[in-house]
Amino acid sequence: MKSLLNWKAPALSLAMFLLLIGIWHALTLPKAAPPPADTEYAALIGAAAAAGQKSAFPSPADVGAKIWQHLQEPFYDRGPNDKGIGIQLAYSIARVLAGYLLAALVAVPVGFLIGMSPTVYRALDPYIQVLKPISPLAWMPLALFTLKDSSVSAIFVIFICSLWPMLINTAFGVASVRREWLNVARTLEVGPMRTAFRVILPAAAPTIMTGMRISIGIAWLVIVAAEMLVGGTGIGYFVWNEWNNLSITNILTAILAIGLVGMLLDLMLAKLTRLVTFPE
Amino acid sequence: MNETLIRVEGIAKKFTGRDGTDTTVFENLHFGIQPGEFVCLIGHSGCGKTTILNILSGLEQASAGYVFVGGREVNGPSLDRAVIFQSHALMPWLTVMGNIAFAVSSRWPEWSADKVAAHAQKYIDLVNLTGSEKKRPAELSGGMKQRVGIARALSIQPKMLLMDEPFSALDALTRGVLQEEVLRICAETRQTVFMITHDVDEAILLADKIILMTNGPHAKIAEIVVNTMPRSRTRHDLHKHPHYYRIRNHLIDFLVDRSKLFAAVSAEFDPRHPPLVSPGLDESDGADAGARSQTGGTPPLAAVR
Ligand SMILES: Nc1ncnc2c1ncn2[C@@H]1O[C@H](COP(=O)(O)OP(=O)(O)OP(=O)(O)O)[C@@H](O)[C@H]1O
Ligand SMILES: [Mg+2]
Repeated sequence: MKSLLNWKAPALSLAMFLLLIGIWHALTLPKAAPPPADTEYAALIGAAAAAGQKSAFPSPADVGAKIWQHLQEPFYDRGPNDKGIGIQLAYSIARVLAGYLLAALVAVPVGFLIGMSPTVYRALDPYIQVLKPISPLAWMPLALFTLKDSSVSAIFVIFICSLWPMLINTAFGVASVRREWLNVARTLEVGPMRTAFRVILPAAAPTIMTGMRISIGIAWLVIVAAEMLVGGTGIGYFVWNEWNNLSITNILTAILAIGLVGMLLDLMLAKLTRLVTFPE
Repeated sequence: MNETLIRVEGIAKKFTGRDGTDTTVFENLHFGIQPGEFVCLIGHSGCGKTTILNILSGLEQASAGYVFVGGREVNGPSLDRAVIFQSHALMPWLTVMGNIAFAVSSRWPEWSADKVAAHAQKYIDLVNLTGSEKKRPAELSGGMKQRVGIARALSIQPKMLLMDEPFSALDALTRGVLQEEVLRICAETRQTVFMITHDVDEAILLADKIILMTNGPHAKIAEIVVNTMPRSRTRHDLHKHPHYYRIRNHLIDFLVDRSKLFAAVSAEFDPRHPPLVSPGLDESDGADAGARSQTGGTPPLAAVR
């Protein structure tokens, strides 16, 4: 019974996938053209064109072939406008990780202090409330102006957008550590540093990790837009470049890759969250 | 009086409500605990028992009055007074061993990891949890969790153990087993204990003295009942002793009727010396006339032990 249930969902997923591909395939079939009226004209412009206009939107087979081609050679580098999709993804992931880790380095300690002290919380709250809703891309011109480097600016934008969820979740997690655990530490005369690292940090870890998981999701969303703006390298720039080349197959391939990488990042953080979460 | 371990002098607790009015939960409480003594506190829900325990532990401050431990005033939590929390308060990210080792290494920071583990193991064995060292709290039953809590409190070798209804969340069977274990451990270690309970039989089984509190607000200590039964009592032969029903009737009579009426009845009541009564010695067996009062003075404990 259980094994049957375990199979149902993947089977249904596969069926849906096939159905979608089927619909996509049907919609992108070459339109049945009327028989050429003028054979001479047909000979002039070429048989294919005369036989019927192929749909501008690529068929699943076209995209599949493109993906296969990218998989064959993901890391080639033939100049600034022609790099393999693997290289572009690597650039984006590197930027996301740089901005994200910097944000974690700032957000977790600061969030910890905010969570420990109601005074610090009230003092910083207005800043957080105003800064949090600003679209990270709005910082881009300011970053370009002050940092004078497009790649560093992209990292800065990632930093800003990853900061808030981690900061707020850390503060919340630290502030809502169960009173009893703190009381245990107090009755054992545990010092403030030891309490912070041995009691508060593990107690707040699941909430902090949830914030980090939200952040990586946002960072991955923002990097594509940021790279479209700053250009040069990265999967966002790749998409924009292929739009200029009018290569819909490449764009679709990139979209698929963006989704897969985002999913992998999320899975990794979910796994880490599970590692630090203990049921009571 | 010199050997008194804990001396409570006139403590009170007020809470200020949202509308700014003060409620006095209890006031003018006086009592003492001798070393090696097992004292139970009984009273109706909300009379401030947990608050008293928190004040004794140093986790909360009294609004008035003082608590002295070994002659020194309490002004914060201390390793001298270990607390066993009602909800066990184990840290779910640590194993059984980890939870106890955390306490041990807090008590003796200079100890090596091996020494800490060996010491913790001794107390895991003491509460019969050998073999469960690597389990996390989520994998333990309620009774096992409470055992870990007891082992953690005992492992720091405190002068005094404070327990807040440690067994109230357990089923009757587990509770009985744990009560006997606490009885055994306290006999072995001659531990001084202050325990809150709702259970009259538990108090009679474990306590040398039972403090009775009236209902709040403005709760008082109505009297202190001396348990005159021999200390070698067990759960099975408890009810065979002639003192048992006298003490039990006296306690239940208090909880059912007198805890409410107390304020009206007591005219010459002196909160500094709550009457010390020994219903177990009372031959007449009458519940109401039962309390043979010995105002102030020393308890007849020496004769009992
Ligand atoms: N932080 C607080 N603020 C306001 N009132 C409080 C607070 N803590 C406790 N009280 C009040 O003090 C009284 C005593 O509380 P306490 O928890 O000590 O009772 P208790 O005797 O332990 O009850 P129970 O047997 O149900 O555990 C209660 O009436 C409660 O409403
Ligand atoms: Mg209570």
